[in-house]
Amino acid sequence: MSLTPQELDYLQKKIGREPNSVELQIVAAEWSEHCSYKSSKKHLKILPREGKRVISGPGYDSGVLDVGDGYVVTVHIESHNHPSAVEPYGGAATGVGGVIRDILSAGTRPIAILDGLRFGNIEKDTHARWLFKNAVRGIADYGNCLGIPTVGGEIEFDKCFTNYALVDVASVGFGKKERLVQNRADPDDWIVLLGGSTGRDGIGGSQFASDKLESENRSAVQIPDPFIEKLVIEAILEARNQQCIKAMKDLGGGGLSCAISETADALSVGIDLDVSLIHKREQNMSPTELMVSESQERMLVITSSEKLQTLKDICEKLHVPYSIVGQVTNNSMMQIKSQKEIVANLPSNVVANAPLLDRTSSKPKYLENISTIKKPKVPNLSHILLTMLSNPNIASKLWVYTQYDHEVGIRTVIKPGQDASVLRLDNGKFLSVKIDGNSKHCYINPRQGVIGCFDEACRNVICTGATPIGMVDHLQFGNPEDPEIFWTFKESVEGITEYAKYFDIPCVGGKVSLYNETNDGPIKPTPLIGVLGLIEGKPLIPMKAKRNDLIVLVGVTKDELGGSEYYEYVHEITGGRCPTVDMKSSKTIQRTVLEIIHRNLTKAVHDCSKGGLGVSLSELCITNEIGCLVSLDKVPSEKLREDEVLFSESHSRFLLIVDPSKIKNVKSLLEQNKVQHEIIGKFSGKAISFKNKSKMVASVRIDKAQEKWLNSLGLLVSHG
Amino acid sequence: MLVRVAVIVFPGSNCDRDMHHVLTDVFHLQSQLVWHTDELPNNIDAIVLPGGFSYGDRLRAGVIAAHSPAIVSVRKMAEKGIPILGVCNGFQILVESGLLPGALLKNTSLSYICKWTEIIVKNNKTPFTNKFKLNQKIPIAIANGEGRYYADKETLRLLKKNNQIVFTYAEDVNGATMKIAGICNKEGNVVGMMPHPERSAEQIINPRDAKPASMIFKSLLETLGVTA
Repeated sequence: MSLTPQELDYLQKKIGREPNSVELQIVAAEWSEHCSYKSSKKHLKILPREGKRVISGPGYDSGVLDVGDGYVVTVHIESHNHPSAVEPYGGAATGVGGVIRDILSAGTRPIAILDGLRFGNIEKDTHARWLFKNAVRGIADYGNCLGIPTVGGEIEFDKCFTNYALVDVASVGFGKKERLVQNRADPDDWIVLLGGSTGRDGIGGSQFASDKLESENRSAVQIPDPFIEKLVIEAILEARNQQCIKAMKDLGGGGLSCAISETADALSVGIDLDVSLIHKREQNMSPTELMVSESQERMLVITSSEKLQTLKDICEKLHVPYSIVGQVTNNSMMQIKSQKEIVANLPSNVVANAPLLDRTSSKPKYLENISTIKKPKVPNLSHILLTMLSNPNIASKLWVYTQYDHEVGIRTVIKPGQDASVLRLDNGKFLSVKIDGNSKHCYINPRQGVIGCFDEACRNVICTGATPIGMVDHLQFGNPEDPEIFWTFKESVEGITEYAKYFDIPCVGGKVSLYNETNDGPIKPTPLIGVLGLIEGKPLIPMKAKRNDLIVLVGVTKDELGGSEYYEYVHEITGGRCPTVDMKSSKTIQRTVLEIIHRNLTKAVHDCSKGGLGVSLSELCITNEIGCLVSLDKVPSEKLREDEVLFSESHSRFLLIVDPSKIKNVKSLLEQNKVQHEIIGKFSGKAISFKNKSKMVASVRIDKAQEKWLNSLGLLVSHG
Repeated sequence: MLVRVAVIVFPGSNCDRDMHHVLTDVFHLQSQLVWHTDELPNNIDAIVLPGGFSYGDRLRAGVIAAHSPAIVSVRKMAEKGIPILGVCNGFQILVESGLLPGALLKNTSLSYICKWTEIIVKNNKTPFTNKFKLNQKIPIAIANGEGRYYADKETLRLLKKNNQIVFTYAEDVNGATMKIAGICNKEGNVVGMMPHPERSAEQIINPRDAKPASMIFKSLLETLGVTA
């Protein structure tokens, strides 16, 4: 909860005196790992941020991409891990609220939420189940009330998250380019704090999140109020329409300390603030408490004297509480008063820019022997296929997304449960969105693991006919002071950079979350990748497969079962070779599949990833309510056993459903581009069947498979 | 003839803009968003209470909005026989204000449910169902936490007697009495329904068939004498 001796020295040198206690707390909040990125900032510089659609401006809390015709989309991702591990309902709900306000800060309307959730083994661990159920409910209650659809996400269960939770929320916004907030300020402009009142909840939240989770610090968890957030959204957008907003910032981690110092620093102005003017929900709050409270649903708006009255009128009409708390000055100081007394007076650039750290890194020892494992015996594969389909990591997430309003806003063209979700935009184009993470792969190979997540997210949006236009990352690791953990962080950043550059996909935003550990140890490296894709024509809405429709597998299946659900869930093996991405061939495959979609040659495209070919094909059969007969000997692959062909999670593979009349054109396109592929079978009958030459390897009745896949997760959580 | 539909906006309404879009851009009606404390414009031909979470569902869904100034005017319009449609939270508000009988309780699953289902037209004489055949099915989106319609025996008897049951679900989605999805007042001009017609009337976002749901709006056009 305080500065290190070195940081204190640095601060004293910079301000030329001893800081007082209020100043110390303001600086400690802002210099926490959570707010300052002091461990990670140097390394994040390598990420490519430029691109032909990228619009950047001072102080934007979200990435902005030009989608043509005068419109932009904005995107941001954040996590709320520590709070959710203590109080999953409130932690997850306020996680949604925070990222929504980042989208709002740019002057765009939030149009979608996606969330990535991670917990311990919910089959055995009832605490993990409790965390899971309540986090889902928190997201549902908050997002549903706001009227912002939760359109997608992903969920992973792994023992490394025992007694912990990763709750990641991404949000997408949409608006007119000309209405983007410009973020500028002039002396004598007014500082208005609007939205929820300030209380003692969330005190020290950012520092709480910058240490390992040892005790349940409940006062550091914020309290959600989606109704106020909804009023704030409408008030801000109305104020934007009436040009009342010169600059704006969300109050998140670090509260006012962070918002004031970062705004003043980004806009190169000073700010005078009187904390006694803040509208509060509790009495006798000290200046320090007011400066570091992380009470939710608050926005800081800078407006001119001419527009102040209009802004007040809007707030009053829409029942949004506000207080006028200060003014912009022409120096570069943040001067905090409590009535007449000056309680803090600091140069904002010093507060906003913590001294950065050089963390040491070294390759973790566990990686030395991770690829050597003893291969398991081949089990009964029909039985194993059903086991895999009821695995909570693979089973349908229907129980989750039917609790989320995913239709409000009437943009959701492709709904949750598909490869990626697609939203219609006002200019006739479509936006495809997906987030992907895989802690099991990233544990075995941090660099290839994250590259794989990136490739998978791209493949997912491509399945809908979209071209990737931008990405966000969320880097979640344990304690960065541990050189081995810091090494995995660096590998991750380098992997993302390598892929982003090769595929020319700019990184438009992201977040780093460190200290994700409990007394049982750190989480596995869990970077999350979000990809936005744009569809200029029509999206590929999956069409129903009919009897005799052909199944084409694109890409090569390799001996890459390390971190696979088959090894981890069925055999409890952690190790082996993790899937790797050959970027050159992946790029060709992606382009070719997009061309097949654009030429209207396929009825549906499905990514082949988690659970491998066996699971991906079962998912197609289940959703189409038809069986299939597939020959494993036809699968383009390295020399593999039957179970390996079925469950390897090799990347850069797609399953295509092709009408027989179109197969010639599909094949010739694939051949022209020298993409490895094969017709591996066709849809027919009432069973999902795999044979090897003439021998039947696995066969499962479609109704049985459907029951396992659709109901397993719901049954698990509703029974305790 | 200029037809005007008022969409009343309460603090926390969140389907108001969706409804406005469908009325204006899809069915080319003159629709106007009206803030709950503002006077209704003159010569309104129909009123819609949209879905959402008015007042954050505090106390009970719809109960605070039912005491809003707008409801005084809505009540007057209802008496005049003007077509009034409440969707989802709008239905809850109509029930809480006493314009429609019964109550809306938590779903039996105790969870919010967002999914596609089918409803069946049981009364094709209302301003919102006059273009349907009896028992016609409508694929439609539902999204609610407190959507289980409940009424006591006497109310149910009257609902049946007066032909006030407008829609029922084809399947049991939330435990509603008699699978009721929508009802009307005795006169038939005030209709409340939990499912969302505004989410279901455009083919691009309807995974099944959007034509039946669009007939809810076309029925209104017919009622108001607009030739499509």
